[in-house]
Amino acid sequence: MLTKRIIACLDVTAGRVVKGVQFEQLRDAGDPAELATAHSQAGADEVVLLDISATHEKRATLVDTVRRTAQQLFIPFTVGGGIRSLDDAIAVFEAGADKISINSAALADPSLITRIAERYGSQAVIVAIDAKRIDGEARFEAYVSGGRNPTGRDAIAWAREAEERGAGEILLTSMDRDGTGAGFDCDLTRACSEAVRIPVIASGGGGDRQSFIDVFQRGRADAALAASIFHFGLHRLADLKQELQSAGIPVRWPC
Amino acid sequence: MIAVVDYRAGNPTSVKKALDHLCADAIVTRDPDVVVRADKIILPGVGHFSATAVLEQTGLRAAILRRIKHGVPFLGVCVGMQWMFESSAESPETPGLGLFAGACGRFPQSVKSPHVGWNSVTCHHDSRLLREIPSGSFVYFTHSYSAPVVKATVARCEYGGEFSAAVEQDNLFGVQFHPEKSGALGLKLLEKFCRL
Repeated sequence: MLTKRIIACLDVTAGRVVKGVQFEQLRDAGDPAELATAHSQAGADEVVLLDISATHEKRATLVDTVRRTAQQLFIPFTVGGGIRSLDDAIAVFEAGADKISINSAALADPSLITRIAERYGSQAVIVAIDAKRIDGEARFEAYVSGGRNPTGRDAIAWAREAEERGAGEILLTSMDRDGTGAGFDCDLTRACSEAVRIPVIASGGGGDRQSFIDVFQRGRADAALAASIFHFGLHRLADLKQELQSAGIPVRWPC
Repeated sequence: MIAVVDYRAGNPTSVKKALDHLCADAIVTRDPDVVVRADKIILPGVGHFSATAVLEQTGLRAAILRRIKHGVPFLGVCVGMQWMFESSAESPETPGLGLFAGACGRFPQSVKSPHVGWNSVTCHHDSRLLREIPSGSFVYFTHSYSAPVVKATVARCEYGGEFSAAVEQDNLFGVQFHPEKSGALGLKLLEKFCRL
């Protein structure tokens, strides 16, 4: 049976892993290559490295960071953040990424999705969507530039378009929940998962075990992203996977 | 020497990296002259079935077939395995090698596509490649088309129906999943291939 994936996300800037709370208040958490291997050994099903550097200078180290991280990692490895063109994507693939994730650049020029998918296949293209709940409504708006700028686009409609243009997966982040540990936004996740035929990775708000159970059962997520809960040892990945298994959710365990 | 065939689609880097980790003597090549000298050949592959047309145009197909006839172990990964069948619905005009009968088809509408993630495989005990991989093990898949279950099938996987997760016959090996992305288990499989 196809299992639900737990994906470890490493937010990096200038070659170091950091974790933001609602995209601010960064704390240093370590070396990406070491942390990626540690997560893989602990039972993470994939690793995502997101470059959150705001400046070009800090971003220049990304390809080197990707190469070092990929070297000893034998599970799927996705790289995102700051990929604005086909050339950016090629550099990251050649450094050892299996998939890339694009966000602002895809909204600015949706043909980028198709161009990368034609060269590397749809399975290598993840479209990341940062979604914020519209006050008092059951609708969500897509934001860009690390969650700073609203686009006026409906997040679910954008997910559908991304699928049509060749995206292989959607990485859906709830901006309202990101970094809070208050649980994933299951309404958002479910709405997206039912609207597209490609896998949806839920992100933002992962905290206790129940939050993961909820996002797989109520949110119908295919995978869930988690970051700080692993880095800072709030609980171990093995415990989480066993808990999911006990709740009847298929997971890769033991692995 | 193991030739990892680069046909300008997908990403041979991951397979090479895994072989380096296993200290295998491997090179990534587009040169048919290198392929005809190889002791083993791996055809990795992600992406579109039509990309395999390059193998015909560059003389790599002929070089690979020549080595296969000489009994050299050949491993096709993902689209590389699908290419060992007759054809694929993904690109009906592109012929496969036809080493195994049947055509690759798309997943039914009842399941999400691509099939992405870790799925369990049911293995046959008599496989040389999978001997140490217990049935029920999880391996990493990412694909939208799959090969039918045939006589040479040595591992099956279930996703919207059964398909071939691995095929094996004499010196021919194919895996639909990605051993280079399947953690310790996948590395064990690649090591087995290196030691054939």
